[in-house]
Amino acid sequence: MPLWLIVSATMDAVSSVKLPVRQIYVSSSLWKKNLAAAGPQKFTQEFIDKQVEEFEVGKRHLANMMEEDPETFTQEDIDRSIAYLFPSGLFEKRARPFMKHPEEIFPKQTAIQWDAKGRPFHFLFYTGKQSYYSLLHDVYEKILAIERHQDKMRNKGLFTSDTKQILLTGSRWLLKEEIEENLVENISDQDYMRLIQLMEKLLSMPYCSLEKEFILKFRKQLEVQSSKYEIPALQYDPQGVAFSVADGRRKTAKASITLRDSGSGNITINGRNYLHYFPVLQNRVQLMFPLLFVGMMGRFDIEGSVEGSGHSAQAGALRLAISRALLSFVSEGEVEKMRQAGLLTADPRIRERKKP
Amino acid sequence: MAAGVLTGVRQVLRGPRLVSAVFSCHGQTFSSAAAAVKSPAAATDTAATEKILNFPLTQPDYFRLSELFTMKDLFEARVHLGHKKGCRHRLMGPYLFGSRLDIDIIDLEQTAEHLQRALNFTAHVAYRGGIILLVSRRRQFGHLIETTAQECGEYAHTRYWKGGLLTNASIQYSPGVRLPDLIVFFSTLNNVFQQHVGIRDAAKINIPTVGIVDSNCNPSLITYPVPGNDDTPVAMEMYCRLFKMTINRAKDKRRQMELLKGISASV
Repeated sequence: MPLWLIVSATMDAVSSVKLPVRQIYVSSSLWKKNLAAAGPQKFTQEFIDKQVEEFEVGKRHLANMMEEDPETFTQEDIDRSIAYLFPSGLFEKRARPFMKHPEEIFPKQTAIQWDAKGRPFHFLFYTGKQSYYSLLHDVYEKILAIERHQDKMRNKGLFTSDTKQILLTGSRWLLKEEIEENLVENISDQDYMRLIQLMEKLLSMPYCSLEKEFILKFRKQLEVQSSKYEIPALQYDPQGVAFSVADGRRKTAKASITLRDSGSGNITINGRNYLHYFPVLQNRVQLMFPLLFVGMMGRFDIEGSVEGSGHSAQAGALRLAISRALLSFVSEGEVEKMRQAGLLTADPRIRERKKP
Repeated sequence: MAAGVLTGVRQVLRGPRLVSAVFSCHGQTFSSAAAAVKSPAAATDTAATEKILNFPLTQPDYFRLSELFTMKDLFEARVHLGHKKGCRHRLMGPYLFGSRLDIDIIDLEQTAEHLQRALNFTAHVAYRGGIILLVSRRRQFGHLIETTAQECGEYAHTRYWKGGLLTNASIQYSPGVRLPDLIVFFSTLNNVFQQHVGIRDAAKINIPTVGIVDSNCNPSLITYPVPGNDDTPVAMEMYCRLFKMTINRAKDKRRQMELLKGISASV
């Protein structure tokens, strides 16, 4: 006979006719909770507050014991004192006695996302990814609003395709990790792609400038690369001749160049003529290229020193040094052109180690 | 109406009972420490709350939902248009009026009856403070349904349905989460024309469902099926409007009754 029938029978017995009651005994394993399935232990806020209080009191006691000022007793002092009072020979550091703030001991609980009656706060709670889906919802809302605006303009006859467009150069979309940080939620790669596609769709509409600040929240400004490297200052000789000094590196070769103005195109490296130092044509071409690019071939005298690595690497190092020295003689637009030609980028390739 | 009567002990416990503070969680009831204390004032309070909760169940159409729609409205919203004869589901046969030019026509008399029952049930659930989840997997109407849910203070799920949302809730969310008390499907099929997983899961967990079933859907596992068109925007907007009005009406009524109780208790 099932248990609930027994219970109802006994209740009936109290009020009216006495029915025969038969006791059923079940083993205690029926009532035992499956502790493993309960998940990590949860602590109430009051319990944690009590622990914090006890910790603060204990800290003051410890300071008094060690005859130090309780006000300026730091965590390092606590660790030192505990190690002194309870010396332990255990090898595992985590098994030794410790006294830490309860915040570090008890795991952080996520804030409860529903009110006292159990109703969740967010209307998309049951999807599992409430912030991400609510973001998609908002973006779609904006797309619809822009479409309605477009229709209104069309009705009035004021529709134009050449409205103010949002400037997107010099910025990039936020990365998946940055969006996860903003939303405080984990999203998958496909979710991220979907979000970027929606934003692109928003951008493709003619009147997207209405939502400019919203879109710019999802774009990150890229730092202007040219501002990273300082242009070497133009220095002057006692004779009044301008010159600039710059360094360059390639593989293990280090080069230093002095570029003198109002010269005749002489190049001296390590005290020798470049024709002697670089018998191979390719290396001499590398030296010439920066000057050829800016069109100042016969204008400068180059004096350089280089050491390390082989002849090609030394030529590359010298080329970088010449380009950098040229920056002080050349205009802003030319600098950008040189950067785009790759003259100002240091070659990052180095020799790879030997593997079995 | 028979459908208005909530059957089962669990459903009676499902609404929040302010006095005894019992939270029901699908099979397990936890009572707080304050439950044991009872005073004469609390006793009259309990009686008033019980009256508020039980009185609507005695009336057939307590929220007067029959004035929300007529059969003509359903016809003008093209609710009677089903899919082609070849797409027909064999269990939808009884709900169809017939087929014209190979298109199945849904019987609006039956639809009106079923819709009345479904709306009545939704109203009673909302009146008792139940959680209502609006579900649909149609991308065309996802935004509309989410907006409807926001406007009536309920919840929506129009995205990819993760496997254990209902059946594995204590791990997917946190232990102690409260699951929806009613799930309303605005379209019972997912994007690959298979039955939505939520219908089967809700049936497993004993959550009642209301569903708009088109002529290619399976109405068997749904508690309150409503045969009707789920493809036309006009029809979907009408359903959203009807459900929003029912839920808002029910919640307003509840607030009104609570206020009256407060006034009569102070008097």
